[in-house]
Amino acid sequence: MTKQVQQLDRVIIRFAGDSGDGMQLTGDRFTAGTAEFGNDLSTLPNFPAEIRAPAGTLPGVSSFQLHFADHDILTPGDAPNVLVAMNPAALKANLGDLPRGADIIANTDEFTKRNLQKVGYAANPLEDDSLGEWRLHAVPLTSLTVKALEGFDLSKKDAERSKNMFALGLLSWLYHRPTEQTIKFLEQKFAKKPELAKANIAAFQAGWNYGETTESFSVSYEVKPARLAPGVYRNISGNQALAYGLIAASVQSKLPLFLGSYPITPASDILHELSKHKRFGIRTFQAEDEIAGVGAALGAAFGGALGVTTTSGPGVALKAETVGLAVTTELPLIIVDVQRAGPSTGMPTKTEQTDLLMAMFGRNGESPLPIVAPMSPSDCFDAAVEAARIAVKYRTPVMLLSDGYLANGSEPWRLPEVSELPDISQEFTTEPNGEDGAFLPFKRDPETLARPWAIPGTAGLEHRIGGIEKADGTGNISYDPNNHDLMVRTRAAKIDGIDVPELAVDDPDGDAKVLVIGWGSTYGPIAAAVRRIRKSGGKVAQAHLRHLNPLPANTGEVLKSYDKVLLPEINLGQLALLLRARFLVDVISYNRVRGLPFKAEELAGVIQDVIDSD
Amino acid sequence: MTELVNGKGLSLVPKTDAKQGLKDFKSDQEVRWCPGCGDYAILAAVQSFLPELGLRRENIVFVSGIGCSSRFPYYLNTYGVHSIHGRAPAIATGLAASRPDLSVWVITGDGDALSIGGNHLIHALRRNVNLNILLFNNRIYGLTKGQYSPTSEVGKITKSTPMGSLDKPFNPISLALGAEASFVARTIDSDRKHLQSVLREATAHRGASLVEIYQNCNIFNDNAFEQLKDPEIRDDITLRLEHGQPIVSASKAVVRSANGGIEVVARDTVTEDQILVHDAHHPDPSVAFALSRLDEPAFEHVPVGIFRQVDRPAYDVLMSEQLDEAVAQQGQGDLGELLMGGDTWRIG
Repeated sequence: MTKQVQQLDRVIIRFAGDSGDGMQLTGDRFTAGTAEFGNDLSTLPNFPAEIRAPAGTLPGVSSFQLHFADHDILTPGDAPNVLVAMNPAALKANLGDLPRGADIIANTDEFTKRNLQKVGYAANPLEDDSLGEWRLHAVPLTSLTVKALEGFDLSKKDAERSKNMFALGLLSWLYHRPTEQTIKFLEQKFAKKPELAKANIAAFQAGWNYGETTESFSVSYEVKPARLAPGVYRNISGNQALAYGLIAASVQSKLPLFLGSYPITPASDILHELSKHKRFGIRTFQAEDEIAGVGAALGAAFGGALGVTTTSGPGVALKAETVGLAVTTELPLIIVDVQRAGPSTGMPTKTEQTDLLMAMFGRNGESPLPIVAPMSPSDCFDAAVEAARIAVKYRTPVMLLSDGYLANGSEPWRLPEVSELPDISQEFTTEPNGEDGAFLPFKRDPETLARPWAIPGTAGLEHRIGGIEKADGTGNISYDPNNHDLMVRTRAAKIDGIDVPELAVDDPDGDAKVLVIGWGSTYGPIAAAVRRIRKSGGKVAQAHLRHLNPLPANTGEVLKSYDKVLLPEINLGQLALLLRARFLVDVISYNRVRGLPFKAEELAGVIQDVIDSD
Repeated sequence: MTELVNGKGLSLVPKTDAKQGLKDFKSDQEVRWCPGCGDYAILAAVQSFLPELGLRRENIVFVSGIGCSSRFPYYLNTYGVHSIHGRAPAIATGLAASRPDLSVWVITGDGDALSIGGNHLIHALRRNVNLNILLFNNRIYGLTKGQYSPTSEVGKITKSTPMGSLDKPFNPISLALGAEASFVARTIDSDRKHLQSVLREATAHRGASLVEIYQNCNIFNDNAFEQLKDPEIRDDITLRLEHGQPIVSASKAVVRSANGGIEVVARDTVTEDQILVHDAHHPDPSVAFALSRLDEPAFEHVPVGIFRQVDRPAYDVLMSEQLDEAVAQQGQGDLGELLMGGDTWRIG
């Protein structure tokens, strides 16, 4: 039987199963094959915080969504074209997101009476007509896998565990994905257990062959490679890009990197990644708590290191006092906040943009600091270098606001040439700067207002710094009222004066009346929504803030040049509050705080409503 | 007796040939403790001790937290950080771990080290970070004007405990020993000679050294350690700990007790060979711990000196070794190579 091959310009697949079913791995491998094939892509892992939530339950469902296309895309996609449901819970939890006509590949073996009851199905949805709106492919994934592995010396449990590779093989056939990398990957992953490697490869190939021979799948699909800008690409997640950005910042600043960190979801992978790269002279210190993590980083900065601490919102709350010390001692420091749903523990594995005001104001006293926010997974690399540039040049702590969506999501990244990266190095102070050979640790550079950075080991520049207010120039303890007023204003002026690029506006015809502005990880969905509006003939301008403090100098001017300004945020209007206060512009907020990124369709609707309203 | 393999605590810190004196370590800042405070004596002892080390002054850093004692760094003409409450060990850990060429000191008090900063203290000790930690114990909160501290005796009447404090106090020596500290000592502000002898050993120790210094707060907890200072009784109360020497005071001696522990007896009731000989270098901290409990609950006989002094690799050295090993195995890091690692593909 010759099967039909259909051309598509883009596809969204969601793999869903129990948190122990290996869905993240399956998604990762499909993504690797897709990247290798040359599609543009974007991914959205979504998993519970529990490592092994009770099997077969709705809270235990883990999913991985992948959007790939023959053109450049901006988001992991709104609604899946294909759902792979490894059990009834995965079906039930994801069915609501599935548009009519989408494909469902369901593992019939797991649709047992008990599993159906666990999630409240009275009848088996694969057997009644309740899934009539969709194209159902009922596949006994588990038993087919076990059968395919009959010749192997494996327990039934181990054989069953390979069902995710069977599913990957089937999907790889369905979308013409290359297989070599996955086979190589499995060989490496199970290098110490060759029998398991062979079994997983056999399951993968059995899945592929099943697609080719079964009648359940009469069509397979091709999505041509995307025409992206020339260059060398790799697929990268936000956390990995951020870690690489920090390594690049260390190289480009010629400062040894010191990371003080305490494990926390979803930031831990940055600690894991950096700890692998000791050959770059990187010291990673897993501290006893969040406070010690930032404290050690600050201590290392005093000694001349590029001090970094990585955390999520609850950790930032704990670090606040030490960050304040960094503000007043004016030492370079990078605080990475991979934001997650709050308050308190919130939903650790879900994304949010709710720490902006904490980053701005979450310390005692007047303690301004710069804030940089990456807009896509790969942009975490550049944002990390930029944060380091500001920290080193201005001797200030810098808050880098990533989030769970960027951290775990991935996309192709056109690799920069090392020679293209900015030189962000600064000289340590080695000579006295006062009269009679005195050293004045708070005598500032008149242009940047940065104070000298003289590190221990430098003769003649011995000095003391601390949390108590310092006299201008000498840095000695001072309770003088006018000096305090001067120091408060000077510290603020230093941050306000940081050189940040102008805010660029994308307004192709220059006659849009509505500006949609955003910050951080909402770039993708906003830009995708803007495309939709323009495709249907609408006019809308887009701008995206990478620097939240200080804001680009032209921000007010940009906001005021449009009739309406729309600001979607995954919070209750934190940037809107700042923009309204600062520029007296009647910003229209759109807010959803569901722990998930915006959908392009949703935002397109909101933009259209704003365009249409009077 | 167990002997130390090495005591070269300062071997990585550059030395100077210049002659140094007390004056070289005095900063131009006016000292602002209350008149009569024990901190003055400790400051003078440290300032006059530092020249003995012959280190380059710029390679010495004092880090403190918050409290009366934590003003200390401002009065020394070295590098210094007066940080925030309880966090000095954490900040100093980052500094010492990344700069093996520095002599890093932590100045802290009983509230700073044992209450708000207790977690950082125990972890710095177990990691054996190369720090000299001077814990000024005055058994009271001074800077906040007289509340009880984590070392105040039970029933302490203070502003915050008008009916007496309820909390069992920490014994800093027991705590440090329990936290796997490799160097633990006790001394007293009024005995400069002893204080300096302990500092000498502490600086020679590579790794974390915790030195508890009994320090008198003459405003809020005057005469807290009077028994150890009163010429009438101090020689009877003070049990000198000297490695290789029998543990005795003028009238008392420490012996093995029948129940397997140790106890204090009248010196004239035992023969010399029955008296416990101090082994500060013993790998097992049990006896050191037992010694730290001798003054509980009353202040009747107080061991003073070095409880424990053992060799254990310092954290900065271990960290540096891993970096060297990574380079030896994989070569120096190359950014271009790192970025190009993983699965890449070329377009155009």
